[in-house]
Amino acid sequence: MTDEELRVSKIRDGTVIDHVTGGQALNVLAILGIDGTGGETVSIGMNVPSDKLGRKDVVKVEGRELSQSEVDVLSLIAPEATINIIRDFDVVDKNRVERTESVTGILVCPNHNCITNADEPIRTEFEVLSDGVRCSYCDTIVREGDVAEHIDARQSGETAL
Amino acid sequence: MLQDHLISAAHLSRDDIEAVLDHAAAIDADPSVVSGRHEGRVLALCFFEPSTRTKMSFESAMKRLGGETIDMGSVESSSVKKGESLADTVRVIEGYADALVLRHPSEGSAKLASEFVDVPLVNAGDGAGQHPSQTLLDLYTIRENAGLDDITVGIMGDLKYGRTVHSLAHALTNFDVRQHFVSPESLRLPRNVRYDLHEAGAQVREHTDLDEVLPELDVLYVTRIQRERFPEEREYRAVAGEYRIDNDVLADASDDLTVMHPLPRVDEIAPEVDGTARAKYFGQAHNGVPVRMALLDSLLGDDEEGDRR
Ligand SMILES: [Zn+2]
Repeated sequence: MTDEELRVSKIRDGTVIDHVTGGQALNVLAILGIDGTGGETVSIGMNVPSDKLGRKDVVKVEGRELSQSEVDVLSLIAPEATINIIRDFDVVDKNRVERTESVTGILVCPNHNCITNADEPIRTEFEVLSDGVRCSYCDTIVREGDVAEHIDARQSGETAL
Repeated sequence: MLQDHLISAAHLSRDDIEAVLDHAAAIDADPSVVSGRHEGRVLALCFFEPSTRTKMSFESAMKRLGGETIDMGSVESSSVKKGESLADTVRVIEGYADALVLRHPSEGSAKLASEFVDVPLVNAGDGAGQHPSQTLLDLYTIRENAGLDDITVGIMGDLKYGRTVHSLAHALTNFDVRQHFVSPESLRLPRNVRYDLHEAGAQVREHTDLDEVLPELDVLYVTRIQRERFPEEREYRAVAGEYRIDNDVLADASDDLTVMHPLPRVDEIAPEVDGTARAKYFGQAHNGVPVRMALLDSLLGDDEEGDRR
């Protein structure tokens, strides 16, 4: 096995997010605030055949574990995802994402007239509904399929570990 | 009793509403029951956009309770103009007053402000969001004229941006009310309000034509369709004319129909309706004072008894 193959399949320390809904890998990176400028080593598998999902994405991030608010938003765009924490090549923790009641500080309200889009000292908060999320300040509803469009990479970057 | 703040009609239970309306009715019958009760207390009127009537109505209510009001003057002359955050502004004003009334052009501003102050805060309109004290006086007027159970209410006009409509629709789900919404397609209820009505199991129907429901209505609540919502004057004219009522339009309505409007109106209700027994909009506006007295009385509490908060 070449070095390159090894890098894709195994990481030393970090997180493997598996069973991501096919096509959502780049949105997962957006939630994590990863755009390549931070220097992280990231591997992505997109639309990999999967018994469970048909097609799945896999995201591997070296040197990085996830915060709870990141996992909360992940649960919206990739409800079947599993999160594997890797230390020294071993999976030390394996968790399914769980739907939470609310997500804080990661999404931007699409309502331009919402007070959360003004320069106020607060974080956004969205209540999770059965098929979307709803701004706790102005009540605007974002449908589940549109959630990824409203991820604030700047905010999620601030919450990174 | 009410919680410490009044932010959204969605937070009002039937018991909360009835407590305020009963108290308002008692005040209406005999204002001396509360005269002087809040002597020495100060209400701050924080109006980030102009609304002479709502402001004067709160002012009148506080003064009739024996209290004082202060206000921040026009936004143009205040520190807000200099870019101070709303959170900072209300934290400063909190130190000057025992309660705050907030009118602000952004949705969610009242909730935000309430997170930064410990004194009671009343949302007097946040953008296209909510206007719950208006809702209480609307409910008071409906109860006076038609009762609040087993009635059919039509709400017509700009349902998309009309905050009084959003608050009223929420509040009516506490009662046995059939709600009919009448508006042009482009100004129908926003998704979040429809979602809440559905969740509450409300009996709701939407229409573009008043004729479809008018004969069934006990109450017709008319709101203004604003010109600035339309890109072209011509489009506005076409729509506005269809949602204008006069005695001809009301010919098919019940004799007991109660016609309401949060005011100001432009031309959506013809002046000829004013003199009829159906017209209740001026009475509705006057109800703002006893209802806001009852509301402020319950939010300010009573220091001596300590049991009203
Ligand atoms: Zn919002």
